[in-house]
Amino acid sequence: MTSDTAVDQSSTHSGGGRPVIQRDRVVIRFAGDSGDGMQLTGDRFTSETAAFGNDLSTLPNFPAEIRAPAGTLPGVSSFQLHFANYDILTPGDRPDVLVAMNPAALKSNVIDLPAGGVLIVNTDEFTKRNLTKVGYETNPLEDGSLERFSVFPVAMATLTRGALEETGLSKKDAERAKNMFALGLLSWMYHRPHEGTERFLREKFARRPDLAEANILAFRAGHAYGETTESFAVTYEVAPAKLDVGTYRQITGNTALAYGIVAAGRLSGLSVFLGSYPITPASDILHELSKHKSFNVTTFQAEDEISGVGSALGAAFGGALGVTTTSGPGLALKSETIGLAVALELPMLVVDVQRGGPSTGLPTKTEQADLLQAMFGRNGEAPVPIVAPRSPADCFDATLEAVRIAVTYRTPVLLMSDGSLANGSEPWKVPDATTLESIDPQFATEPNAPNGSDEFWPYLRDDDTLARPWAIPGTPGLEHRIGGLEKADGRGSISYDPDNHDRMVRLRAAKISGISVPDLEVDDPTGDAELLVLGWGSTYGPIGAGARRVRGMGKKVAQAHLRNLNPLPANLGEVLSRYRTVLVPEMNLGQLSVLLRARYLVDVKSYTKVSGLPFKAEELQDLFLDYLNPHSIEPIRINGVHA
Amino acid sequence: MTAIDLGLPQLGGLDGVPTTDEKQTAKDFTSDQEVRWCPGCGDYAVLAAVRQFLPTLGIKRENTVFVSGIGCSSRFPYYLNTYGMHSIHGRAPAIATGLAVTRPDLSVWVVTGDGDALSIGGNHLIHALRRNVNLKILLFNNRIYGLTKGQYSPTSEEGKVTKSTPMGSVDHPFNPISLALGAEATFVGRALDSDRKGLTEVLGAAAAHRGTALVEIFQDCPIFNDGSFDVLRKGDEATERLIPVRHGEPIRFGPEAEDGLGSYAVVQDGFGLGVAKVAEVGADRVVVHDATDHNLAFALSRLSDQNLTHTVTGIFRNADRTTYDDAARAQVDEARRTRTADLQALLNGRDTWTVDG
Repeated sequence: MTSDTAVDQSSTHSGGGRPVIQRDRVVIRFAGDSGDGMQLTGDRFTSETAAFGNDLSTLPNFPAEIRAPAGTLPGVSSFQLHFANYDILTPGDRPDVLVAMNPAALKSNVIDLPAGGVLIVNTDEFTKRNLTKVGYETNPLEDGSLERFSVFPVAMATLTRGALEETGLSKKDAERAKNMFALGLLSWMYHRPHEGTERFLREKFARRPDLAEANILAFRAGHAYGETTESFAVTYEVAPAKLDVGTYRQITGNTALAYGIVAAGRLSGLSVFLGSYPITPASDILHELSKHKSFNVTTFQAEDEISGVGSALGAAFGGALGVTTTSGPGLALKSETIGLAVALELPMLVVDVQRGGPSTGLPTKTEQADLLQAMFGRNGEAPVPIVAPRSPADCFDATLEAVRIAVTYRTPVLLMSDGSLANGSEPWKVPDATTLESIDPQFATEPNAPNGSDEFWPYLRDDDTLARPWAIPGTPGLEHRIGGLEKADGRGSISYDPDNHDRMVRLRAAKISGISVPDLEVDDPTGDAELLVLGWGSTYGPIGAGARRVRGMGKKVAQAHLRNLNPLPANLGEVLSRYRTVLVPEMNLGQLSVLLRARYLVDVKSYTKVSGLPFKAEELQDLFLDYLNPHSIEPIRINGVHA
Repeated sequence: MTAIDLGLPQLGGLDGVPTTDEKQTAKDFTSDQEVRWCPGCGDYAVLAAVRQFLPTLGIKRENTVFVSGIGCSSRFPYYLNTYGMHSIHGRAPAIATGLAVTRPDLSVWVVTGDGDALSIGGNHLIHALRRNVNLKILLFNNRIYGLTKGQYSPTSEEGKVTKSTPMGSVDHPFNPISLALGAEATFVGRALDSDRKGLTEVLGAAAAHRGTALVEIFQDCPIFNDGSFDVLRKGDEATERLIPVRHGEPIRFGPEAEDGLGSYAVVQDGFGLGVAKVAEVGADRVVVHDATDHNLAFALSRLSDQNLTHTVTGIFRNADRTTYDDAARAQVDEARRTRTADLQALLNGRDTWTVDG
């Protein structure tokens, strides 16, 4: 296995009169103003790369402001893409190539570019005024401060304008296509196919053929610029990756999650009802689902977060698959209704796409700090199953798993995605829809009273699952009333009986802790590692990449990743006891560690970082090495903090 | 953004709900739960009226659902042998919205109180009304918090001395009818708990209305706000305060005049309405009630102030407007009719590539 960091096995051959260098992996970052279309540019390069057959992983990074003042540091938006000829796990720590569309983008991103990195700069924006705006006293393109990089100054706006002279577009409109010029140039440099982008532009601007044509012209001009000027001495090739046999597509976490909801509706035969209030970074799930009404999906943009979850619960009472989507602040508002769903014992899917907190925090950045909110954030003893996807594509499977638990056990389930999964993308081996396992809602149809009468007892439980029957309105003879007041075990009428309450609290807890979840699998290639790195959610990629690097150095490290956070896998205690050191990296202040320590009395080592960005493979590599170094007593780190 | 004419037909409130030919009685709609309101509580009268009324709708009992929030009145669903949910404070309209949107075969009722609907749940109430979801909302207004033992509510009069306002409340109250009409409600009615006939008439029209129907029920809390509506119940004073309105009829009230109608009338007064003696202004100037006239309905609601002078009862507004749930279902139906639902095609998307062995 090649590691994410292995020194590039580069080779050179001559092609088209110019040398072509073979690379195993490349990281490109497009950075520009929020209005420069960097996310679109990155998306298009990603699509071309996916179509070419590389493995890939992406990290969009954009401000919460829709359009911060042009040319300022807060307005910088970037898109990083890692692609390779082997399977990769992360969007890459540092770019090999940085495309900077203005001084602000250069200033805020150049710090990540390693010495020798390729820097492509749109020189048109490097005016005195723009430089001053971001605090450059001298022009970095002229003062020698960029000497350690391989700098390519390109007057992108001027060149784009020139290419579009004949179109009759205004100067301003023509310049707006400069992102497509940049895309064309990079596509040439990395031998990307371009049919897809031209088709995409024609579709996107179907109503404005003049703009479609202008963007295509700009794209081609960038390509031609690379080919004809002498500036670029070489081009690069990254061969297709050797992935498993199958059909692939590129997918983001939010899209995969939305498809999981559609598929769960199909597999269960239930109509899907999404009640949701717009919130970053979860809104795209609402947008996506609103397009799939033909699958019997209803989307309801509620007046607030509480109505989002309330309407989903009402729909669940009526026999639909009730779903609500949100982020941390919204989850806080939904708490009381989730508690009601726990008491009602109705199936419901609650999706939390976590972002930086507390409060409004960092809406567009990623974090894992809602775990304890998900676990405990309700009044009373109100246990809720928690499922967390590990990668963008895994959001599909994790959603199916969450819905299966919700429907089988008649319980709200929390699905914990995060900002980096939501917007990040990777190739997805598309499943064969006919092989997906069905989900049986098993609606109640008959009276069930154990005394043989014609009564219906809404809280009479299944012996195996402890789930109560789901009897939906419209079913004759099963009329019943449920509610937030404590119910009598079995019969379901209101009960203030002390022993009954104690029994019901324990029954609800036992139902959740008894949910059948798969055993935790440990990736321990030699079987005798002494360090186990345990994570959950989106840290899977960086932990895996860090472990690969360390193993590439001949050292031993085991990796395991939790998908089920509540209940935890039955074998987890045994797994933890097998390793001398258990290290838990998290993008919070150690929330999983708290749970593990409390539950298993194990002295897990916590490594935490809450910067709004994913872990880097390199920092985790260094962290693992610290723990593997027998002379290191308690490693001290700068970026992260040890508990 | 573009707007699309949805072009949907008008339906009745119960269209789509399965009917039954079997004779149903109040007893059929009575659950086995012991009713636990305080003696003398107005809720008893309303419960009795509703149990009598539901069988007259001729719909299947199992297709009737009552959803409530929190408060004394919100115990209501437990006492009816239909499907029911006693939810959390203020959220019943949101929960009922999800149910009504997904289940057009159900008759969905919300039971709420002045604190539940107008304080903690105010947002859900106004949005349900503006969307015009096919829900029937019974707002039990006793102008006090009963279940929490006697604090002032958002409909309590200014200066009211309660447990939380020993020096008198400094809050200005809501006028629930004005609020509902301001929130674009298509059906707004009001009745007194003790007026079985008037209440049943409003409930019948509410059930027949397709869309959100808000019925405010003045209801007495004998423990914490005893006699709060007595001025509307007893004797001459009540006759001079109560203004029953009926669509298409002149609005006359008070002691009988020679023509057999009330000797007082509602008349135009500037941009609003006022009250005058018919003998002084003449029968021609009496306003004829038009329940489709939004402005008239609002002006009628402004005749009542917090002291209950000139209190209109009956149906203020009853107008047709496409319901949210019908429109939402029409979009889903159209998509299902005109587009494919091929799951594999969805998962594949437009750009796939194949890796061969």
